[in-house]
Amino acid sequence: MNSFATALSLVASGDPKLIFIVALSLEVSMTAVLFAALLALPLGALLAVGRFPGQQTLVVVVNGFMGLPAVVVGLIVYLLLSRAGPLGRFGLLFTPTAMVIAQAVLVAPLLAALTRQIVEDAWREYHEQLTSLGASSAQAVATLLWDTRHSLLTVLLAGFGRAVAEVGAVMIVGGNIDGVTRVMTTTIALETSKGDLPLALALGLILIVLVLTLNFLAFATREWALRRYG
Amino acid sequence: MMAAIFPLTLDQVSFTPAGTPVLQQASLTLERGARIALLGANGAGKSVLIQLMHGLLAPTGGTVRWAGSALRPRSQALVFQRPVMLRRSALANVAYALRLAGVPAAERQRRAAAALQRVGLAHLAARSARVLSGGEQQRVALARAWALEPEILFLDEPTASLDPRGSGEIERIIADIQAAGTAIVMATHNLGQARRLADEVIFLHQGRVAERTPAAEFFCQARSPEARAFLAGELP
Repeated sequence: MNSFATALSLVASGDPKLIFIVALSLEVSMTAVLFAALLALPLGALLAVGRFPGQQTLVVVVNGFMGLPAVVVGLIVYLLLSRAGPLGRFGLLFTPTAMVIAQAVLVAPLLAALTRQIVEDAWREYHEQLTSLGASSAQAVATLLWDTRHSLLTVLLAGFGRAVAEVGAVMIVGGNIDGVTRVMTTTIALETSKGDLPLALALGLILIVLVLTLNFLAFATREWALRRYG
Repeated sequence: MMAAIFPLTLDQVSFTPAGTPVLQQASLTLERGARIALLGANGAGKSVLIQLMHGLLAPTGGTVRWAGSALRPRSQALVFQRPVMLRRSALANVAYALRLAGVPAAERQRRAAAALQRVGLAHLAARSARVLSGGEQQRVALARAWALEPEILFLDEPTASLDPRGSGEIERIIADIQAAGTAIVMATHNLGQARRLADEVIFLHQGRVAERTPAAEFFCQARSPEARAFLAGELP
């Protein structure tokens, strides 16, 4: 209980070390989701709309990769970025960039799979109308992504939730270096094992509040969009 | 927009997906300015015939030709029973169709606004299309079709889910579109509507064209026994 009180005062005091850790967490995970989305949203929409050989297989693979273990992604990205790896010459290992890459790889399948589901439902409704108006596949994909934008915001938030809460991938490729690559989850893991419960608890609290706030925002956005756009 | 529609010819067109005969051996020719009502019981093949003529479905047998070409032409439109509105304003819905049709950006807004004006919805142009009433959405759908200045407009039971007042509005707009020179092919269950808007009736029975008759004649003395039974309300 004592640790809990200390944790609260730590949050209230605005400790610079704490702020750095939280800020880095947000920055890494938001950048990762952004880059993953650039690829995953069009891919998800294409899987919903397109008819091409291997499509079913790709859908199964993407769905399966939704539950990819973070440590495995961390390991793979580690091998790619390590000095002997194919991308080793860029010297990215143990930098925030490496963490962004790992988290982007982690959440891309989740974003693509959820996008496919949402766009497929919309496509069922729009299919005949868009075809009648002479839309090409690319035009249909763009239209569907735009028209489902409020649902897709929820998808992005789900992706961000997964990224900001995972510990395995950033631990491996970031190295948990104090003041450089130390984020909320890796700090919690480290401080707990060291027995420094107040800092771990303070970060845990922030993480929970963050995730709850995001979910509330997602919910509110959808409600608003439903009233505004139908 | 060079792609021409007429004559629109169907030669022995059949549609039998997975072996189920929906439409069989329909042979028809449509000329410029045609005003045709498609009549027949539910499941007679009206919607499928419209979608084949529109090029939305490909026939499983026979050929559809637009001015002798097998390429689906642009200058045509289809209004469905339930309009599909995009999540944007009424005006943007009409402008969207113009964009797909390759109309330059500068011209789109003007043409879209003019089309909404013609269907009496200028005051709702900025509203979200999906929160409009059913009748208003169908008028947006007609504006969207009309803005394309099609040579032919297909309508698949455009008033089936509307009340009499809404139906009346839609009929007035369809009459205006006809008056502007667009050919009409309309599937309907409303015999009064067919009488008011069509010069010719194509009657479908169990996936076959039972007869094609001038409207005035059809309603007095239909040629086929199936059509006479249909008109007498003696649906099998």
